[in-house]
Amino acid sequence: MSPLLEVTNLSVAYGAIEAVRDVSFSVAEGQIVSLIGSNGAGKTTTLRTISGLLRPKSGTVRFEDQPIEKLPAHTILGRGIAHCPEGRRLFGRMTVEENLHLGAYVRKDNGVAADMSRVYDLFPVLGQRRHQKAGLFSGGEQQMLAIGRAMMSKPRLLMLDEPSMGLSPIMTQRIFDTIRELQSQGTTILLVEQNALAALALSDRGYVVDLGRTTLEGPGRDLLADQRVRAAYLGEG
Amino acid sequence: MATLLQQLTSGLVLGALIALIALGYTMVYGIIQLINFAHGEVFMVSVFGALATYKWFIPQSWQGTWQIALPCMLVGAVLVAVVLAVLMERFAYRPLRNAPRLAPLITALGVSVMLKEFVRNFFPGATAAVSVPRAFVDKAITFAVPGGTVVIQSTGILLVVVSIIGAVLLQTYITRSRMGRAMRATAQDPDTARLMGVDPNRTIVLTFVIGGALAGLAAVLYGIHINTVDTEAGFLNGIFAFTAAVLGGVGSIKGAVIGGFTIGVIKTMAGQYFPGGTEYDLVWIFVLLIVVLVFRPQGLFGEPERVRA
Repeated sequence: MSPLLEVTNLSVAYGAIEAVRDVSFSVAEGQIVSLIGSNGAGKTTTLRTISGLLRPKSGTVRFEDQPIEKLPAHTILGRGIAHCPEGRRLFGRMTVEENLHLGAYVRKDNGVAADMSRVYDLFPVLGQRRHQKAGLFSGGEQQMLAIGRAMMSKPRLLMLDEPSMGLSPIMTQRIFDTIRELQSQGTTILLVEQNALAALALSDRGYVVDLGRTTLEGPGRDLLADQRVRAAYLGEG
Repeated sequence: MATLLQQLTSGLVLGALIALIALGYTMVYGIIQLINFAHGEVFMVSVFGALATYKWFIPQSWQGTWQIALPCMLVGAVLVAVVLAVLMERFAYRPLRNAPRLAPLITALGVSVMLKEFVRNFFPGATAAVSVPRAFVDKAITFAVPGGTVVIQSTGILLVVVSIIGAVLLQTYITRSRMGRAMRATAQDPDTARLMGVDPNRTIVLTFVIGGALAGLAAVLYGIHINTVDTEAGFLNGIFAFTAAVLGGVGSIKGAVIGGFTIGVIKTMAGQYFPGGTEYDLVWIFVLLIVVLVFRPQGLFGEPERVRA
């Protein structure tokens, strides 16, 4: 069976600067796959290219066996890929509820209200403050809302960019627990993290991105044990 | 007392007109941060559009019946305004979407000159002021007040009512509807809005359509109220409306309306009571603008400009 998402030899440039040189990886249905690597390695650029916000210089992105690298960004969510961007990027001047409504913008069915209450069940603090502006929330609450907003479209693949950024260890644990929960409910997850330890512990498969290239890959557990990964990303050596 | 009330009334009518046009400036600025200087000309062209509809599309026997003529003119003017606004967005501004901000601004000025000269050269008689028939709602209501009377044209009442209803409907649409949310999302963070599945071109065109439609409405009401139009009408009223939008806080619907009414009232009051009279009434509008901008650069109801992280 072919993977849900397959990125092959991707290269993306901002003008003359090539942020992504040669990235290849695949995500099988039902898995959690993480891309780890240091700041500036090209992880965020890779996600933004999958989402259609950036155009690749070369390489392909296939989702459900269809090429999607030439599609406009606003059509990607409708295909089943939700992107929870770096820095969360909530609509800060809108309420929690409006943010969730925007997450469900592409949906035409009647299940939006039910799914909204499911988000509130998952994160009760959002339900209690549903009429407050998102910009007033703490980092952890904003991350909950960002994930909730991305889930409102009922994606097949959820891409999370640095969900633990700026969060306390307790909140980070909470977010990672949520990611595992979403996987158990059937969502496939592509995770980008600098927190390599937590990400790999959670992942079925991991890829190390370094200077715009995927250099190492393997099951999350194996990468965690790999000396090269430990030296470079887990502060051992 | 009677003079004061009469001037206040005239000020509110002028303010209603300015507010309707200002909504177009503020909507477009809110979503693409472009001061569409050609918006005043969309208003002006629409007055001629209404006139053309009256002259060439309404049978002579019906021209005197305002119940027929007025709706026809409204449809004609709004159609002209919307088509013009959409063409302008598509061919003048969209290609420059990612260019430095100065480029679309200069383009807007160019479009403005082009529209004005086009009408002046090709609309029969438009090299001078053209009269707009006043056959429709040619009634006035006279109130007795201490020390005299106040006269209100029915067209003036119509302007105020349409302007306020238009602004309330627009505000409701923006805050409550699905497309309204999409527009606000695009205004706040275009890239993230795209990640939500919002087509930026569609929301931007919709913004131009709404602004154009309001300018078209304003155009007809202006025409039947003032009963004359020339190709300069767009420039002056456009500048008033632009000032109103900035005064109220560009991007804010409430701000555009309150800015519009403020400018209308200041202009008539200054013309009556301030030194220099009507010769200098424009001066006071811009004095107010400068004072507001010094102490509150984002305008009365605007969001402070923030640098995006």
